[in-house]
Amino acid sequence: MSNRSCQRIGQIPGAIQAIPILIVWFVSARAHAEYGLNLHAPATNLAQKIYDLHTAILWICLAIFIVVFIPMCIALLRHRKSKGHRPARFHDNLTLEIAWTIVPVLILLAMAGTATRLVVAMKDTDEADLTIKVTGHQWKWEYEYLGDDIRFISTSSTPKEQIDGAQAKGENYLLEVDRPLVVPAGQKVRLVLTSADVIHTWWVPAFGLKQDAVPGFIRDSWFKADKPGTFRGQCAELCGVGHGFMPVVVEVVTVEQFDAWKQAQKALVAAAAASAGKTYTLAELKALGEKVYKTNCIACHQATGLGIPGAFPALIGSKIVSGDKSGHIDMVLNGKPGTAMAAFGKQLSDVEIAAVVTYERNSWSNKMSDVAQPADIAARRK
Amino acid sequence: MYTADTAAHHDHAHGAPRGIMRWLTSTNHKDIGTLYLWFSLFMFFFAGALAMLIRAELFQPGLQLFQPAVFNQLTTMHGLIMIFGAIMPSLVGFANWQVPLMIGASDMAFPRLNNWSFWLLPAAGLLLIATFFVPGGAIAGGWTMYPPLYIQGGVAYDMSILAIHILGISSIMGAINIIVTILNLRAPGMTLMKMPLFVWTWLITAFLLVAVMPVLACAITMLLTDRHFGTHFFDAAGGGDAVMFQHLFWFFGHPEVYIMILPAFGIVSTIIPTFARKPLFGYVSMVYAVASIAFLSFIVWAHHMFTTGMPVGGQLFFMYTTMLIAIPTGVKVFNWVATLWRGSITFETPMLFALAFVFLFTIGGFSGLVLSLVPVDIQLQDTYYVVAHFHYVLFSGSAMAIMGGIYYWLPKWTGHMYDETLGKIHFWLTAIAFNITFFPMHFLGLAGMPRRIPDYALQFADFNMISSLGGFLLGASQLLFLYTVIKCVRGGAPAGNKPWDGADTLEWTQTSPPPYHSFVTPPQIKLVRGRSHANAR
Amino acid sequence: MQTHAEHDVYYVPPPSIWPLVGSVALLVLASGFVMLLHKIAAGPYVMALGIGILLVMLFGWFSTVIRESLAGKYSDQVDTSFRWGMVWFIFSEVLFFAGFFGALFYARILAVPWLADAQMLWPGFTAAWPTAGPGVKTVLTPVDAWGLPALNTLILLSSGATVTWAHWGLQKGRQFQLKLGLALTIILGALFISLQIHEYGEAAFTIRDGIYGATFYMLTGFHGFHVMLGAAMLTVIFLRALAGHFTPGRHFAFEAVAWYWHFVDVIWLMLFVFVYWL
Ligand code: HEA
Ligand code: HEA
Ligand code: HEC
Ligand code: CUA
Ligand SMILES: [Cu+2]
Repeated sequence: MSNRSCQRIGQIPGAIQAIPILIVWFVSARAHAEYGLNLHAPATNLAQKIYDLHTAILWICLAIFIVVFIPMCIALLRHRKSKGHRPARFHDNLTLEIAWTIVPVLILLAMAGTATRLVVAMKDTDEADLTIKVTGHQWKWEYEYLGDDIRFISTSSTPKEQIDGAQAKGENYLLEVDRPLVVPAGQKVRLVLTSADVIHTWWVPAFGLKQDAVPGFIRDSWFKADKPGTFRGQCAELCGVGHGFMPVVVEVVTVEQFDAWKQAQKALVAAAAASAGKTYTLAELKALGEKVYKTNCIACHQATGLGIPGAFPALIGSKIVSGDKSGHIDMVLNGKPGTAMAAFGKQLSDVEIAAVVTYERNSWSNKMSDVAQPADIAARRK
Repeated sequence: MYTADTAAHHDHAHGAPRGIMRWLTSTNHKDIGTLYLWFSLFMFFFAGALAMLIRAELFQPGLQLFQPAVFNQLTTMHGLIMIFGAIMPSLVGFANWQVPLMIGASDMAFPRLNNWSFWLLPAAGLLLIATFFVPGGAIAGGWTMYPPLYIQGGVAYDMSILAIHILGISSIMGAINIIVTILNLRAPGMTLMKMPLFVWTWLITAFLLVAVMPVLACAITMLLTDRHFGTHFFDAAGGGDAVMFQHLFWFFGHPEVYIMILPAFGIVSTIIPTFARKPLFGYVSMVYAVASIAFLSFIVWAHHMFTTGMPVGGQLFFMYTTMLIAIPTGVKVFNWVATLWRGSITFETPMLFALAFVFLFTIGGFSGLVLSLVPVDIQLQDTYYVVAHFHYVLFSGSAMAIMGGIYYWLPKWTGHMYDETLGKIHFWLTAIAFNITFFPMHFLGLAGMPRRIPDYALQFADFNMISSLGGFLLGASQLLFLYTVIKCVRGGAPAGNKPWDGADTLEWTQTSPPPYHSFVTPPQIKLVRGRSHANAR
Repeated sequence: MQTHAEHDVYYVPPPSIWPLVGSVALLVLASGFVMLLHKIAAGPYVMALGIGILLVMLFGWFSTVIRESLAGKYSDQVDTSFRWGMVWFIFSEVLFFAGFFGALFYARILAVPWLADAQMLWPGFTAAWPTAGPGVKTVLTPVDAWGLPALNTLILLSSGATVTWAHWGLQKGRQFQLKLGLALTIILGALFISLQIHEYGEAAFTIRDGIYGATFYMLTGFHGFHVMLGAAMLTVIFLRALAGHFTPGRHFAFEAVAWYWHFVDVIWLMLFVFVYWL
């Protein structure tokens, strides 16, 4: 906790109300990594400017607040009937009324000027060093480095046990992912955002960047992180059951580290391509499938496979799951348009789909004991 | 509520019918007003109970009580019912009781239609609350109902759309009724610029309602056809745009928030002069301020959409117009302060609520101003800062003004004084608990806690706990409110015609409670500029 | 400014059951509709019940109003209330249509060009109007504005003229002109609707064909629905005219329906220009 956040309380209008809060806060023994009363510490120039704009506005508001409420408090204290104060009869004063219309106009003009310059700067996505396509999915982010053959999906890695309280919560509870977005420091990164299903919002407070990802449209925005570090945010637009569990993590690294990382990613892609033709055993697929299921399907179909009646169907005893393998694969590959069931063919590899299908067919009380191989999936992709 | 001694005016064809039919078939503005008020009180408690469940889940990090699907239902229904079930109907209830009394009319312009406007509410409420019990549960996409999420849902979503349609019909008819009553039924001598300010605020509010409810109806109709009839209004694949819904929704939604605050302004502008014993300062500028707020409310809607990625010109336009609203609203605040200045002030419960309103609403207004600045809004949109903002304007704004108004007019409505001690305790508990609940949400929002999440990161834990504790206290305090109101309805010291010596509007010339048919023949009115001195002597 | 004497007692109707019946009707209707949408077998029947109750309510309510009107309970002040009420009702209807027109303009002027710019997602899509959108693979042939729609414009405009002619007749106490004018108006309205239905049958696209299909059918559909409502109201007025309910001095019901009819007319002109023609 920084000194700055302590001072900030004084600036908030109505600080009196914060007293009980402060007491509890000081008494509370817990240590907090980044306990906040104010905006995150800025990591980009723009975020810094937003921070300063907000601080300035807060001071102005506080000043107006005092100017308005001092007379009110005086009136409340002095002009009481109980003190024998007799009411005056005035009910108009043109000069005064004009003054308190003009003065706020001037104050607002000053605010608007600064804000305007900032808005224009925030919208300027030209001359980026790097462009990354961000696609929102229910409930994970897909990143694609345009021009480099790198594409991956970033999913929350907070274990379900921590959420349900069966396990102690980790330091970055709900703000951690399996594969963070990696970007170089000091370079202008342009994001182009879209969504595969509903509206999501990609948000990293330290960058001052929050942008909706709207299905079917491309929106762009940019940031330039000053220094290496890890920055965390969350999806900000209500996007369904998993909305609270859709973190964004950005790893800012040096340019050299970034190049090395890119090489490593390409090697991974090559390795995955090699394994696509492989034949797996039922046990292998089930094990991998369980992982895939936990990150992709559990929010709707639930750990029990029972779904949520009326909203998400049970997979136990489902006609599709206990029917022909190809129907099951098609459902996962193509989803069902118009429902929450997304087309996972675009998000998951053949191996992963094979694994999750096999898992679903052989888990809970489902005992189909058949195996879907990556080749089966490839065959059903159009 | 009406005793025999109120039967003075029995020159009219029919008195109060007895039994349940009196309420089911009423054409009396007072009875219908009473129905509106009880209905809204029930809904307030219902939606408040949902808020208690929300706060209980958010008491600690982790999922304890509700799965995310249920949590989202609680949030959505809480917001929807508070707005459409609690605040709006209670304000219409005030209009029903007060507008005819304050302008010297015998009733509303269309008494039968008035009854229909009310009885549509329970129908819609039933449909809405029933969604909790259908497969898949209630709607969970936020009260703003954004597609495509809204398209994904089950039965509840269709039921809610139709419920909102019914609510819309009710609001439009209710609003037309109020407009016509005010335009056509004023007592002779009461020119527009001599009407009490409460009546002015309702005239303008009713205009807003008639203008924007149809647009909401149109937006949700498109949702329905997108869900069931294959249209592509909000689907990019068919050339539509999900963001288009947001434009339509907020074209309704922003005027909607002023629909909820303007009559509250009216109530406060009635209470403050009474207890300052001094005429309202700047009556004319108050009227113009309300009108300007209403006008501006039509051209600011996209300030809810700064993160959707609209073109820079759009962002700037909506930022400027939004900021402008601070001017007329400021005029109102300054006028209230000037009314207090050199008055002869006493602090009865209604006055306490009105003063708290001025103070706390201004805080909410300032956080609104902070949000209107695009760059700052980008950081704060969809965080708890917004939740803090709108509870400051909605709870300490609308809801507390309503409570103040209820204390102010209860003596007139029932003929009994409420219990002043209990009223004051209720006020202080509410004001304090309210701030404990919602002030920390500013910090949560700044620190980056998104709204509409059932679970949160650890650094938000303490403020959430404080907020939940405050929330429980706030909820419990409202039980005291309920008790005080019921106690007053059932009995208490006789109020007399005019319990507030500073009051000067027409209703105080009537008995308390007023006769079943008041002003059967319109009173003659001699007026001082801006003050409706009744001259019914 | 009215003086005291001019103000007779404003008529406050006695308690009435109809509003409550109306609420029940809408609740039943809405429930039935939801059932229908979710393929619950009882749906259509419940809906029919709702409509039935609604019709009973409308009949009951309006009979009461007509009775009161004939009994002379409505003073000039009440009459003014009715006028204001109708004006604001039409105002709300205007905004209802404004919403759909807003959707049309938004899609056409903003959304479709944006989609065409998003080549990353929709390669090869161009911003032409009409369009079914980048993901819907139909070739759209819009309705030719100068065929049926132009004829329909003519029909509706003349119906506006006939209703005005009927009004003149009423004002001058020529009851025959009133009845003939009304009858002609109703016939023209019916003609309009049947041509519109014919046009729907011929149209080479459906409501499912992207944003063009959606806006086209939504706007023309709601307009058509309003024409039907207007025609139904005209029929009631016609019957009342036959029964001799209207006098040159007092015929608000007639005027209200005439205003409504003109409003429907104006909406059609907007439709003709923005949906069919441009
Ligand atoms: C009663 C309801 C009400 C009222 C009155 C207001 C009033 C205002 N609101 Fe608020 N608002 C809501 C209800 C309301 N709002 C709701 C419900 C939401 C969230 C909806 C959702 O997403 O669910 C919301 C959200 C919301 C947003 C979007 C936030 C986001 O989601 O990103 C914005 C942004 O501009 C905003 C701005 C304002 C402004 C500028 C005012 C102004 O009218 C305030 C004007 C008042 C003052 C400024 C104070 C008094 C003035 C003075 C003392 C004069 C001097 C002052 C100066 C010169 C600065 N509001
Ligand atoms: C006028 C409107 C209004 C009012 C009065 C309130 C009142 C309250 N609101 Fe509401 N709120 C909204 C309008 C309103 N709200 C809206 C529009 C949203 C947005 C929804 C959305 O995101 O879509 C929202 C969202 C919202 C959230 C955010 C949820 C989320 O984003 O996930 C929270 C969280 O704390 C909250 C809390 C509360 C609390 C504690 C109260 C309290 O003030 C309530 C106090 C009243 C009572 C508690 C009732 C009385 C008591 C009882 C029923 C007895 C039982 C209780 C006890 C014994 C303790 N509200
Ligand atoms: C956003 C919620 C959601 C997620 C995540 C999800 N599904 Fe589904 N799933 C649905 C819905 C809704 C349906 C029902 C579609 C319908 O109406 O037929 C469904 C249907 C299915 C069915 C057919 C069941 C039946 O009997 O109809 C299968 C199989 C299936 N999903 C598998 C998966 C797999 C595998 C995953 C993860 C890779 C997954 N789902 C992730 C929502 C989801
Ligand atoms: Cu994705 Cu919220
Ligand atoms: Cu707004």
